[in-house]
Amino acid sequence: MGQTLAEKILSQKAGRRVEAGELVVVEVDQVMVVDSIAGSFIRRLEYLEASPRYPERVSIVIDHVAPAANLEVAKAQKEIREWAGRHGVRVFDVGRGVCHQVLMEEGLAQPGWIVVGSDSHSTTYGAVAAFGTGMGATDVALAAASGRTWLRVPETVKVVFRGRLPKGVTAKDAALEMVRLLGADGATYMAVEIHLLEGAEGLTLGERMTLANLTVEAGAKAGLVVPSGEVLARYEVPPWLFPDPEARYAKTLEIDLSALTPRVSVPFYVDNVHEVTAVKGKRVDQVFIGTCTNGRIEDLRAAAEVLRGRKVAPGVRLLVIPASSQVLEEAARDGTLLTLLEAGATIGTPGCGPCMGRHMGVLAPGEVCVSTSNRNFRGRMGAPDAEIYLASPRVAAASAVAGYLTTPEELEEAHA
Amino acid sequence: MPRVFKFGDQINTDDILPGKYAPFMVGEDRFHLYAFAHLRPGFAEEVRPGDILVFGRNTGLGSSREYAPEALKKLGIRVVIAKSYARIFFRNLVNLGIVPFESEEVVDALEDGDLVELDLERGVLQRGGERFQLRPPPPFLLEALKEGSLLEYYKKHGRFPGE
Repeated sequence: MGQTLAEKILSQKAGRRVEAGELVVVEVDQVMVVDSIAGSFIRRLEYLEASPRYPERVSIVIDHVAPAANLEVAKAQKEIREWAGRHGVRVFDVGRGVCHQVLMEEGLAQPGWIVVGSDSHSTTYGAVAAFGTGMGATDVALAAASGRTWLRVPETVKVVFRGRLPKGVTAKDAALEMVRLLGADGATYMAVEIHLLEGAEGLTLGERMTLANLTVEAGAKAGLVVPSGEVLARYEVPPWLFPDPEARYAKTLEIDLSALTPRVSVPFYVDNVHEVTAVKGKRVDQVFIGTCTNGRIEDLRAAAEVLRGRKVAPGVRLLVIPASSQVLEEAARDGTLLTLLEAGATIGTPGCGPCMGRHMGVLAPGEVCVSTSNRNFRGRMGAPDAEIYLASPRVAAASAVAGYLTTPEELEEAHA
Repeated sequence: MPRVFKFGDQINTDDILPGKYAPFMVGEDRFHLYAFAHLRPGFAEEVRPGDILVFGRNTGLGSSREYAPEALKKLGIRVVIAKSYARIFFRNLVNLGIVPFESEEVVDALEDGDLVELDLERGVLQRGGERFQLRPPPPFLLEALKEGSLLEYYKKHGRFPGE
Protein backbone atom coordinates (compact mmCIF):
# COMPACT_ATOMS: atom_id res chain seq x y z
CA MET A 1 0.00 0.00 0.00
CA GLY A 2 1.38 3.41 -0.95
CA GLN A 3 1.66 6.36 1.39
CA THR A 4 0.55 9.96 1.20
CA LEU A 5 2.96 12.82 1.87
CA ALA A 6 1.60 13.19 5.42
CA GLU A 7 2.04 9.46 6.07
CA LYS A 8 5.58 9.63 4.68
CA ILE A 9 6.60 12.48 7.01
CA LEU A 10 4.98 11.02 10.11
CA SER A 11 6.45 7.55 9.36
CA GLN A 12 9.90 9.10 9.04
CA LYS A 13 9.47 10.87 12.37
CA ALA A 14 7.87 7.93 14.18
CA GLY A 15 10.67 5.63 13.00
CA ARG A 16 8.13 3.09 11.75
CA ARG A 17 5.60 2.83 8.98
CA VAL A 18 2.34 4.50 10.03
CA GLU A 19 -1.01 4.86 8.34
CA ALA A 20 -3.96 7.22 8.62
CA GLY A 21 -5.87 6.75 11.87
CA GLU A 22 -2.93 5.80 14.09
CA LEU A 23 -1.94 7.93 17.07
CA VAL A 24 1.77 8.76 17.11
CA VAL A 25 4.07 10.73 19.38
CA VAL A 26 6.78 12.39 17.28
CA GLU A 27 9.75 14.72 17.64
CA VAL A 28 9.09 18.29 16.60
CA ASP A 29 11.64 20.27 14.56
CA GLN A 30 10.35 23.73 15.37
CA VAL A 31 7.83 25.19 17.82
CA MET A 32 6.49 28.59 16.84
CA VAL A 33 4.77 30.77 19.44
CA VAL A 34 3.16 34.15 18.74
CA ASP A 35 2.89 37.05 21.19
CA SER A 36 -0.83 36.59 21.79
CA ILE A 37 -0.29 33.04 23.09
CA ALA A 38 3.12 33.52 24.70
CA GLY A 39 1.73 34.39 28.15
CA SER A 40 -0.33 31.18 28.29
CA PHE A 41 2.65 29.28 26.88
CA ILE A 42 5.02 30.60 29.56
CA ARG A 43 2.45 30.00 32.33
CA ARG A 44 2.07 26.38 31.24
CA LEU A 45 5.83 25.77 31.21
CA GLU A 46 6.04 27.35 34.67
CA TYR A 47 3.28 25.01 35.87
CA LEU A 48 5.28 22.07 34.51
CA GLU A 49 8.40 23.55 36.13
CA ALA A 50 10.01 22.99 32.74
CA SER A 51 12.36 24.78 30.37
CA PRO A 52 12.31 24.23 26.62
CA ARG A 53 14.04 20.90 26.02
CA TYR A 54 15.69 22.22 22.84
CA PRO A 55 15.67 26.04 23.09
CA GLU A 56 17.03 26.33 19.53
CA ARG A 57 13.86 24.65 18.26
CA VAL A 58 11.61 27.33 19.75
CA SER A 59 10.81 30.69 18.11
CA ILE A 60 8.65 33.43 19.57
CA VAL A 61 7.36 36.04 17.14
CA ILE A 62 5.94 39.35 18.35
CA ASP A 63 3.58 40.05 15.47
CA HIS A 64 -0.08 39.88 16.45
CA VAL A 65 -0.13 43.26 18.23
CA ALA A 66 3.13 44.93 17.30
CA PRO A 67 3.98 47.58 18.40
CA ALA A 68 2.03 47.17 21.66
CA ALA A 69 -1.45 48.69 21.56
CA ASN A 70 -2.04 49.11 25.30
CA LEU A 71 -0.47 48.57 28.71
CA GLU A 72 -1.56 44.91 29.05
CA VAL A 73 0.09 44.06 25.73
CA ALA A 74 3.23 46.01 26.61
CA LYS A 75 3.56 44.05 29.88
CA ALA A 76 2.99 40.75 28.08
CA GLN A 77 5.66 41.56 25.49
CA LYS A 78 8.13 42.60 28.18
CA GLU A 79 7.57 39.24 29.87
CA ILE A 80 8.28 37.45 26.57
CA ARG A 81 11.65 39.18 26.14
CA GLU A 82 12.69 38.50 29.73
CA TRP A 83 11.58 34.87 29.73
CA ALA A 84 13.18 34.17 26.34
CA GLY A 85 16.42 35.79 27.49
CA ARG A 86 16.54 33.50 30.53
CA HIS A 87 15.89 30.37 28.48
CA GLY A 88 17.96 31.09 25.39
CA VAL A 89 14.91 31.17 23.13
CA ARG A 90 15.02 33.35 20.01
CA VAL A 91 12.56 36.21 19.71
CA PHE A 92 11.62 37.97 16.49
CA ASP A 93 10.66 41.30 17.93
CA VAL A 94 8.35 44.16 16.90
CA GLY A 95 8.72 45.00 13.23
CA ARG A 96 10.35 41.77 12.05
CA GLY A 97 7.05 40.55 10.61
CA VAL A 98 4.30 37.93 10.51
CA CYS A 99 5.33 34.63 12.11
CA HIS A 100 4.91 32.36 9.07
CA GLN A 101 6.69 34.74 6.70
CA VAL A 102 9.53 35.21 9.18
CA LEU A 103 10.06 31.51 9.86
CA MET A 104 10.17 30.80 6.13
CA GLU A 105 12.67 33.63 5.55
CA GLU A 106 14.84 32.38 8.41
CA GLY A 107 14.90 28.80 7.10
CA LEU A 108 13.09 27.54 10.20
CA ALA A 109 10.69 25.45 8.14
CA GLN A 110 12.37 22.87 5.91
CA PRO A 111 11.06 20.06 3.68
CA GLY A 112 10.05 17.04 5.76
CA TRP A 113 10.09 18.90 9.09
CA ILE A 114 7.31 18.96 11.64
CA VAL A 115 6.55 22.53 12.68
CA VAL A 116 3.89 23.16 15.29
CA GLY A 117 2.72 26.72 15.68
CA SER A 118 0.36 28.52 18.02
CA ASP A 119 -1.41 29.98 15.02
CA SER A 120 -3.91 28.16 12.87
CA HIS A 121 -2.24 29.27 9.64
CA SER A 122 0.86 27.24 10.49
CA THR A 123 -0.28 25.09 7.56
CA THR A 124 1.67 27.68 5.51
CA TYR A 125 4.90 25.71 6.05
CA GLY A 126 3.42 23.05 3.80
CA ALA A 127 4.58 25.25 0.91
CA VAL A 128 7.97 23.53 1.29
CA ALA A 129 6.41 20.18 2.28
CA ALA A 130 6.94 20.73 5.98
CA PHE A 131 4.16 19.24 8.11
CA GLY A 132 3.02 22.55 9.61
CA THR A 133 0.04 22.50 11.93
CA GLY A 134 -1.69 24.91 14.27
CA MET A 135 -2.16 24.11 17.93
CA GLY A 136 -3.18 25.75 21.19
CA ALA A 137 -1.10 26.92 24.15
CA THR A 138 -1.08 23.56 25.96
CA ASP A 139 0.19 21.73 22.87
CA VAL A 140 2.96 24.19 22.05
CA ALA A 141 4.02 24.28 25.71
CA LEU A 142 4.20 20.49 25.87
CA ALA A 143 6.03 20.42 22.51
CA ALA A 144 8.60 22.87 23.88
CA ALA A 145 8.96 21.05 27.20
CA SER A 146 9.20 17.53 25.78
CA GLY A 147 10.45 18.15 22.24
CA ARG A 148 7.52 16.03 21.07
CA THR A 149 3.82 16.14 20.29
CA TRP A 150 0.97 13.69 19.79
CA LEU A 151 -0.72 13.50 16.41
CA ARG A 152 -3.35 11.37 14.80
CA VAL A 153 -2.00 10.41 11.38
CA PRO A 154 -4.46 12.21 9.11
CA GLU A 155 -6.30 10.96 6.09
CA THR A 156 -5.56 13.01 2.99
CA VAL A 157 -7.52 14.99 0.44
CA LYS A 158 -5.67 15.29 -2.86
CA VAL A 159 -6.06 18.60 -4.66
CA VAL A 160 -4.64 18.74 -8.18
CA PHE A 161 -4.04 22.14 -9.77
CA ARG A 162 -3.46 22.01 -13.53
CA GLY A 163 -2.41 24.63 -16.07
CA ARG A 164 -1.31 28.23 -15.82
CA LEU A 165 -3.11 31.14 -14.21
CA PRO A 166 -4.55 33.58 -16.76
CA LYS A 167 -3.28 37.17 -16.62
CA GLY A 168 -4.90 38.99 -13.70
CA VAL A 169 -5.77 35.80 -11.82
CA THR A 170 -3.67 34.90 -8.80
CA ALA A 171 -2.84 32.10 -6.37
CA LYS A 172 -5.26 33.74 -3.91
CA ASP A 173 -8.10 33.19 -6.39
CA ALA A 174 -7.00 29.56 -6.77
CA ALA A 175 -6.85 29.13 -2.98
CA LEU A 176 -10.32 30.63 -2.49
CA GLU A 177 -11.68 28.34 -5.22
CA MET A 178 -10.14 25.36 -3.39
CA VAL A 179 -11.82 26.39 -0.13
CA ARG A 180 -15.15 26.87 -1.93
CA LEU A 181 -14.98 23.41 -3.46
CA LEU A 182 -13.89 21.70 -0.23
CA GLY A 183 -16.19 23.68 2.09
CA ALA A 184 -15.29 25.06 5.53
CA ASP A 185 -15.17 21.57 7.03
CA GLY A 186 -14.36 19.58 3.91
CA ALA A 187 -10.88 18.65 5.10
CA THR A 188 -11.37 18.57 8.88
CA TYR A 189 -8.86 16.26 10.62
CA MET A 190 -7.23 15.68 7.21
CA ALA A 191 -4.12 16.74 5.35
CA VAL A 192 -4.58 18.49 2.04
CA GLU A 193 -1.96 17.31 -0.45
CA ILE A 194 -1.50 19.78 -3.29
CA HIS A 195 -0.20 18.56 -6.66
CA LEU A 196 0.90 21.19 -9.18
CA LEU A 197 0.85 19.80 -12.73
CA GLU A 198 0.95 20.84 -16.39
CA GLY A 199 2.34 24.34 -15.87
CA ALA A 200 1.13 24.80 -12.32
CA GLU A 201 4.54 23.61 -11.08
CA GLY A 202 5.69 27.11 -12.09
CA LEU A 203 3.91 28.59 -9.07
CA THR A 204 6.43 30.45 -6.89
CA LEU A 205 7.26 29.77 -3.26
CA GLY A 206 5.10 32.74 -2.25
CA GLU A 207 2.16 31.43 -4.28
CA ARG A 208 2.54 27.99 -2.68
CA MET A 209 2.49 29.69 0.73
CA THR A 210 -0.83 31.32 -0.16
CA LEU A 211 -2.31 27.94 -1.15
CA ALA A 212 -1.00 26.13 1.95
CA ASN A 213 -2.10 29.02 4.18
CA LEU A 214 -5.74 28.78 3.09
CA THR A 215 -6.04 24.98 3.50
CA VAL A 216 -6.86 25.49 7.19
CA GLU A 217 -9.98 27.37 6.08
CA ALA A 218 -11.23 24.01 4.84
CA GLY A 219 -10.38 22.58 8.27
CA ALA A 220 -7.09 20.96 7.25
CA LYS A 221 -4.52 19.80 9.75
CA ALA A 222 -1.71 20.36 7.25
CA GLY A 223 -1.56 21.63 3.66
CA LEU A 224 1.34 19.92 1.93
CA VAL A 225 2.48 21.01 -1.51
CA VAL A 226 4.31 18.19 -3.31
CA PRO A 227 7.82 19.58 -3.99
CA SER A 228 8.44 20.82 -7.53
CA GLY A 229 9.78 23.85 -9.40
CA GLU A 230 11.16 26.62 -7.18
CA VAL A 231 11.05 24.46 -4.04
CA LEU A 232 13.26 21.78 -5.64
CA ALA A 233 15.65 24.49 -6.80
CA ARG A 234 15.92 26.30 -3.47
CA TYR A 235 15.60 23.59 -0.82
CA GLU A 236 17.18 20.28 0.00
CA VAL A 237 14.31 17.88 -0.59
CA PRO A 238 14.95 14.34 0.68
CA PRO A 239 14.26 11.67 -1.97
CA TRP A 240 11.58 10.01 0.19
CA LEU A 241 9.56 13.23 0.46
CA PHE A 242 7.05 12.49 -2.29
CA PRO A 243 3.71 10.68 -2.12
CA ASP A 244 3.55 7.19 -3.63
CA PRO A 245 1.60 6.97 -6.90
CA GLU A 246 -0.69 4.35 -5.34
CA ALA A 247 -1.27 6.31 -2.10
CA ARG A 248 -4.82 6.20 -0.77
CA TYR A 249 -6.87 9.42 -0.63
CA ALA A 250 -10.17 10.20 1.09
CA LYS A 251 -11.13 12.24 -1.96
CA THR A 252 -9.59 13.99 -4.96
CA LEU A 253 -10.33 17.40 -6.36
CA GLU A 254 -9.14 18.92 -9.65
CA ILE A 255 -8.86 22.64 -10.35
CA ASP A 256 -7.99 24.01 -13.80
CA LEU A 257 -6.04 27.20 -13.16
CA SER A 258 -6.40 28.35 -16.77
CA ALA A 259 -10.20 28.56 -16.38
CA LEU A 260 -10.17 30.65 -13.18
CA THR A 261 -11.40 34.22 -12.77
CA PRO A 262 -10.85 36.64 -9.84
CA ARG A 263 -12.63 35.47 -6.71
CA VAL A 264 -13.93 37.09 -3.54
CA SER A 265 -14.97 35.51 -0.26
CA VAL A 266 -18.17 37.10 1.02
CA PRO A 267 -19.05 37.60 4.73
CA PHE A 268 -19.15 35.83 7.06
CA TYR A 269 -17.57 32.54 5.96
CA VAL A 270 -14.39 31.93 4.02
CA ASP A 271 -15.99 29.24 1.85
CA ASN A 272 -18.68 31.69 0.67
CA VAL A 273 -16.69 32.34 -2.50
CA HIS A 274 -18.00 34.08 -5.64
CA GLU A 275 -16.67 35.68 -8.79
CA VAL A 276 -15.88 39.34 -8.13
CA THR A 277 -18.53 40.26 -10.72
CA ALA A 278 -21.21 38.82 -8.41
CA VAL A 279 -20.61 41.51 -5.77
CA LYS A 280 -19.20 44.24 -8.03
CA GLY A 281 -20.19 47.71 -6.91
CA LYS A 282 -20.26 46.96 -3.18
CA ARG A 283 -19.17 50.15 -1.36
CA VAL A 284 -15.80 49.93 0.40
CA ASP A 285 -14.56 51.94 3.43
CA GLN A 286 -11.21 50.28 4.04
CA VAL A 287 -8.81 48.16 2.02
CA PHE A 288 -6.16 46.10 3.80
CA ILE A 289 -3.24 44.61 1.87
CA GLY A 290 -1.00 42.43 4.03
CA THR A 291 -0.99 39.33 6.33
CA CYS A 292 0.53 35.85 6.12
CA THR A 293 -1.70 35.16 3.13
CA ASN A 294 -0.80 38.08 0.84
CA GLY A 295 1.69 40.52 2.35
CA ARG A 296 4.75 39.42 0.37
CA ILE A 297 6.78 41.56 -2.02
CA GLU A 298 5.03 40.14 -5.10
CA ASP A 299 1.68 41.04 -3.51
CA LEU A 300 2.79 44.62 -2.84
CA ARG A 301 4.14 44.85 -6.40
CA ALA A 302 0.86 43.55 -7.82
CA ALA A 303 -1.01 46.20 -5.84
CA ALA A 304 1.45 48.92 -6.92
CA GLU A 305 0.99 47.96 -10.56
CA VAL A 306 -2.73 48.65 -10.24
CA LEU A 307 -2.23 51.82 -8.17
CA ARG A 308 0.52 53.40 -10.31
CA GLY A 309 -0.62 56.87 -11.43
CA ARG A 310 -3.93 56.51 -9.58
CA LYS A 311 -5.32 57.71 -6.25
CA VAL A 312 -7.28 55.95 -3.58
CA ALA A 313 -10.95 57.04 -3.75
CA PRO A 314 -11.98 59.86 -1.37
CA GLY A 315 -13.22 58.48 1.95
CA VAL A 316 -11.44 55.14 1.52
CA ARG A 317 -8.49 54.11 3.75
CA LEU A 318 -5.85 51.94 2.11
CA LEU A 319 -3.67 50.14 4.67
CA VAL A 320 -0.62 48.29 3.44
CA ILE A 321 1.31 46.19 5.93
CA PRO A 322 4.32 44.33 4.56
CA ALA A 323 4.54 40.76 5.86
CA SER A 324 8.11 41.25 7.09
CA SER A 325 10.96 43.72 7.47
CA GLN A 326 12.64 42.06 4.46
CA VAL A 327 9.53 42.68 2.37
CA LEU A 328 9.42 46.31 3.53
CA GLU A 329 13.11 46.83 2.69
CA GLU A 330 12.67 45.32 -0.75
CA ALA A 331 9.58 47.46 -1.38
CA ALA A 332 11.62 50.52 -0.37
CA ARG A 333 14.51 49.57 -2.65
CA ASP A 334 12.56 48.88 -5.82
CA GLY A 335 10.19 51.86 -5.65
CA THR A 336 7.05 49.87 -4.80
CA LEU A 337 6.69 51.76 -1.54
CA LEU A 338 6.78 55.15 -3.24
CA THR A 339 4.09 54.08 -5.72
CA LEU A 340 1.88 52.95 -2.84
CA LEU A 341 2.46 56.18 -0.91
CA GLU A 342 1.76 58.35 -3.96
CA ALA A 343 -1.55 56.55 -4.40
CA GLY A 344 -2.46 57.45 -0.81
CA ALA A 345 -1.66 54.26 1.10
CA THR A 346 -0.94 54.19 4.82
CA ILE A 347 2.00 51.89 5.60
CA GLY A 348 1.97 49.88 8.85
CA THR A 349 4.66 48.09 10.85
CA PRO A 350 5.35 44.58 9.50
CA GLY A 351 3.14 42.17 11.44
CA CYS A 352 -0.43 40.89 11.47
CA GLY A 353 -1.99 44.34 11.86
CA PRO A 354 -5.77 44.62 11.76
CA CYS A 355 -6.37 41.02 10.62
CA MET A 356 -7.94 40.08 13.96
CA GLY A 357 -9.31 43.43 15.06
CA ARG A 358 -6.90 44.33 17.83
CA HIS A 359 -5.29 47.52 16.54
CA MET A 360 -4.41 49.52 13.43
CA GLY A 361 -7.51 49.56 11.26
CA VAL A 362 -10.37 48.36 13.45
CA LEU A 363 -13.71 48.61 11.59
CA ALA A 364 -16.61 50.76 12.82
CA PRO A 365 -20.24 49.51 12.75
CA GLY A 366 -21.52 49.02 9.23
CA GLU A 367 -18.13 49.49 7.56
CA VAL A 368 -16.92 47.36 4.68
CA CYS A 369 -13.34 46.15 4.23
CA VAL A 370 -11.68 44.38 1.33
CA SER A 371 -8.80 42.41 2.81
CA THR A 372 -6.09 40.17 1.38
CA SER A 373 -6.19 38.14 4.62
CA ASN A 374 -7.71 34.71 5.19
CA ARG A 375 -10.71 35.16 7.48
CA ASN A 376 -13.95 37.14 7.19
CA PHE A 377 -15.72 35.97 10.35
CA ARG A 378 -18.32 38.21 11.97
CA GLY A 379 -16.72 40.82 14.23
CA ARG A 380 -13.18 39.70 13.44
CA MET A 381 -11.84 43.12 12.45
CA GLY A 382 -14.03 45.17 14.78
CA ALA A 383 -17.77 45.83 14.91
CA PRO A 384 -19.93 42.69 14.69
CA ASP A 385 -21.81 44.04 11.68
CA ALA A 386 -18.74 45.25 9.79
CA GLU A 387 -18.19 43.25 6.61
CA ILE A 388 -14.92 41.71 5.41
CA TYR A 389 -14.46 40.61 1.79
CA LEU A 390 -11.38 38.49 1.06
CA ALA A 391 -9.64 38.98 -2.27
CA SER A 392 -6.29 39.14 -4.06
CA PRO A 393 -3.99 42.19 -3.77
CA ARG A 394 -4.95 43.20 -7.34
CA VAL A 395 -8.67 43.21 -6.58
CA ALA A 396 -8.05 44.93 -3.25
CA ALA A 397 -6.01 47.69 -4.93
CA ALA A 398 -8.58 48.21 -7.69
CA SER A 399 -11.35 48.42 -5.09
CA ALA A 400 -9.40 51.07 -3.17
CA VAL A 401 -9.23 53.20 -6.32
CA ALA A 402 -12.87 52.70 -7.29
CA GLY A 403 -14.33 52.96 -3.77
CA TYR A 404 -16.32 49.83 -4.50
CA LEU A 405 -15.49 46.18 -5.11
CA THR A 406 -14.09 45.71 -8.58
CA THR A 407 -11.21 44.27 -10.61
CA PRO A 408 -8.32 46.14 -12.29
CA GLU A 409 -9.76 45.12 -15.67
CA GLU A 410 -13.15 46.70 -14.87
CA LEU A 411 -11.33 49.78 -13.65
CA GLU A 412 -9.61 50.11 -17.04
CA GLU A 413 -12.93 49.83 -18.85
CA ALA A 414 -14.61 52.39 -16.58
CA HIS A 415 -11.90 54.93 -17.35
CA ALA A 416 -11.46 54.08 -21.01
CA MET B 1 -29.49 21.17 37.66
CA PRO B 2 -27.27 21.98 34.63
CA ARG B 3 -28.88 24.08 31.93
CA VAL B 4 -28.41 23.86 28.19
CA PHE B 5 -27.11 26.84 26.20
CA LYS B 6 -27.69 26.12 22.54
CA PHE B 7 -25.82 27.67 19.62
CA GLY B 8 -25.97 27.12 15.85
CA ASP B 9 -23.67 25.76 13.14
CA GLN B 10 -20.17 27.09 12.35
CA ILE B 11 -19.60 28.87 15.66
CA ASN B 12 -16.03 30.08 15.26
CA THR B 13 -13.35 31.06 17.76
CA ASP B 14 -14.06 34.75 17.10
CA ASP B 15 -17.67 34.08 18.17
CA ILE B 16 -16.55 32.21 21.30
CA LEU B 17 -14.03 34.86 22.31
CA PRO B 18 -13.49 37.86 20.00
CA GLY B 19 -9.78 38.40 19.36
CA LYS B 20 -9.79 41.88 20.87
CA TYR B 21 -10.61 40.33 24.27
CA ALA B 22 -7.62 37.95 24.33
CA PRO B 23 -5.99 37.62 27.76
CA PHE B 24 -2.98 39.65 26.67
CA MET B 25 -5.31 42.44 25.54
CA VAL B 26 -7.57 42.67 28.61
CA GLY B 27 -5.73 40.72 31.35
CA GLU B 28 -5.67 37.06 32.33
CA ASP B 29 -8.22 37.52 35.13
CA ARG B 30 -10.84 39.15 32.88
CA PHE B 31 -10.87 37.65 29.39
CA HIS B 32 -13.47 34.94 30.15
CA LEU B 33 -16.03 37.65 30.95
CA TYR B 34 -16.17 38.37 27.19
CA ALA B 35 -17.16 34.85 26.10
CA PHE B 36 -19.75 35.12 23.28
CA ALA B 37 -19.65 38.94 23.70
CA HIS B 38 -20.95 39.54 20.17
CA LEU B 39 -23.07 36.46 19.70
CA ARG B 40 -24.84 36.27 23.05
CA PRO B 41 -24.17 39.34 25.20
CA GLY B 42 -24.56 38.65 28.91
CA PHE B 43 -23.56 34.98 28.57
CA ALA B 44 -20.74 35.22 31.13
CA GLU B 45 -23.10 36.57 33.79
CA GLU B 46 -25.85 34.10 32.98
CA VAL B 47 -23.92 30.82 32.77
CA ARG B 48 -23.29 28.74 35.90
CA PRO B 49 -20.59 26.13 36.58
CA GLY B 50 -21.69 22.74 35.26
CA ASP B 51 -23.96 24.12 32.53
CA ILE B 52 -23.73 22.39 29.16
CA LEU B 53 -23.06 24.07 25.81
CA VAL B 54 -24.62 22.59 22.69
CA PHE B 55 -23.42 23.40 19.16
CA GLY B 56 -24.11 22.44 15.56
CA ARG B 57 -21.69 21.58 12.79
CA ASN B 58 -17.97 22.49 12.48
CA THR B 59 -17.80 23.93 15.99
CA GLY B 60 -14.78 26.07 16.84
CA LEU B 61 -13.48 26.66 13.33
CA GLY B 62 -10.90 29.37 12.99
CA SER B 63 -8.07 30.35 15.27
CA SER B 64 -5.84 28.12 17.38
CA ARG B 65 -6.43 30.43 20.35
CA GLU B 66 -6.80 28.09 23.32
CA TYR B 67 -8.10 30.97 25.41
CA ALA B 68 -11.44 30.58 23.60
CA PRO B 69 -12.20 27.20 25.24
CA GLU B 70 -10.21 28.30 28.29
CA ALA B 71 -12.69 31.13 28.82
CA LEU B 72 -15.45 28.52 28.85
CA LYS B 73 -13.50 26.42 31.34
CA LYS B 74 -13.01 29.44 33.60
CA LEU B 75 -16.78 29.92 33.53
CA GLY B 76 -17.19 26.35 34.78
CA ILE B 77 -18.03 24.53 31.54
CA ARG B 78 -16.87 20.91 31.65
CA VAL B 79 -18.91 19.41 28.81
CA VAL B 80 -19.88 20.48 25.31
CA ILE B 81 -21.99 18.58 22.80
CA ALA B 82 -21.74 19.32 19.08
CA LYS B 83 -22.67 17.81 15.73
CA SER B 84 -19.01 18.11 14.72
CA TYR B 85 -15.85 20.00 15.63
CA ALA B 86 -13.02 21.81 13.90
CA ARG B 87 -9.74 20.05 14.59
CA ILE B 88 -7.73 22.56 16.63
CA PHE B 89 -10.70 23.45 18.83
CA PHE B 90 -11.41 19.77 19.50
CA ARG B 91 -7.79 19.23 20.49
CA ASN B 92 -7.81 22.29 22.75
CA LEU B 93 -10.97 21.06 24.50
CA VAL B 94 -9.37 17.67 25.10
CA ASN B 95 -6.16 19.25 26.37
CA LEU B 96 -8.08 21.44 28.82
CA GLY B 97 -10.12 18.50 30.10
CA ILE B 98 -13.43 19.70 28.67
CA VAL B 99 -15.28 16.68 27.27
CA PRO B 100 -16.34 17.14 23.63
CA PHE B 101 -19.27 14.83 22.93
CA GLU B 102 -20.38 14.43 19.33
CA SER B 103 -23.99 13.61 18.41
CA GLU B 104 -26.31 14.92 15.67
CA GLU B 105 -29.34 13.37 17.31
CA VAL B 106 -28.80 14.75 20.81
CA VAL B 107 -28.01 18.23 19.49
CA ASP B 108 -31.22 18.21 17.46
CA ALA B 109 -33.24 17.04 20.48
CA LEU B 110 -31.94 19.56 23.00
CA GLU B 111 -33.38 23.07 23.32
CA ASP B 112 -31.91 26.22 24.78
CA GLY B 113 -32.81 26.41 28.48
CA ASP B 114 -33.39 22.65 28.94
CA LEU B 115 -32.55 21.26 32.37
CA VAL B 116 -30.48 18.09 32.09
CA GLU B 117 -28.34 15.66 34.03
CA LEU B 118 -25.25 13.93 32.64
CA ASP B 119 -23.31 10.87 33.70
CA LEU B 120 -20.07 11.85 32.03
CA GLU B 121 -18.18 8.55 32.08
CA ARG B 122 -21.12 6.51 30.80
CA GLY B 123 -22.33 9.26 28.45
CA VAL B 124 -25.91 9.11 29.70
CA LEU B 125 -27.84 12.37 29.41
CA GLN B 126 -31.30 12.79 30.95
CA ARG B 127 -33.95 15.44 30.40
CA GLY B 128 -36.91 14.76 32.68
CA GLY B 129 -37.87 11.18 31.88
CA GLU B 130 -36.06 11.17 28.52
CA ARG B 131 -32.73 9.40 28.26
CA PHE B 132 -30.08 9.96 25.59
CA GLN B 133 -26.97 7.87 25.05
CA LEU B 134 -23.78 9.70 24.05
CA ARG B 135 -20.62 7.90 22.97
CA PRO B 136 -18.33 7.89 26.03
CA PRO B 137 -14.99 9.75 25.71
CA PRO B 138 -12.07 7.88 24.09
CA PRO B 139 -9.46 6.23 26.39
CA PHE B 140 -6.82 8.89 25.61
CA LEU B 141 -9.13 11.59 26.94
CA LEU B 142 -10.42 9.59 29.92
CA GLU B 143 -6.86 8.93 30.99
CA ALA B 144 -6.00 12.65 30.86
CA LEU B 145 -9.30 13.59 32.50
CA LYS B 146 -8.41 11.54 35.56
CA GLU B 147 -5.76 14.17 36.28
CA GLY B 148 -7.91 17.08 35.14
CA SER B 149 -6.17 18.14 31.91
CA LEU B 150 -3.39 16.99 29.59
CA LEU B 151 -1.01 19.42 31.26
CA GLU B 152 -1.72 17.98 34.69
CA TYR B 153 -1.41 14.48 33.27
CA TYR B 154 1.97 15.26 31.72
CA LYS B 155 3.21 16.90 34.89
CA LYS B 156 2.32 13.85 36.95
CA HIS B 157 3.43 11.10 34.53
CA GLY B 158 6.08 12.81 32.39
CA ARG B 159 4.55 11.34 29.22
CA PHE B 160 1.48 11.57 26.99
CA PRO B 161 -1.50 9.28 27.68
CA GLY B 162 -1.14 5.94 25.89
CA GLU B 163 2.57 6.50 25.29
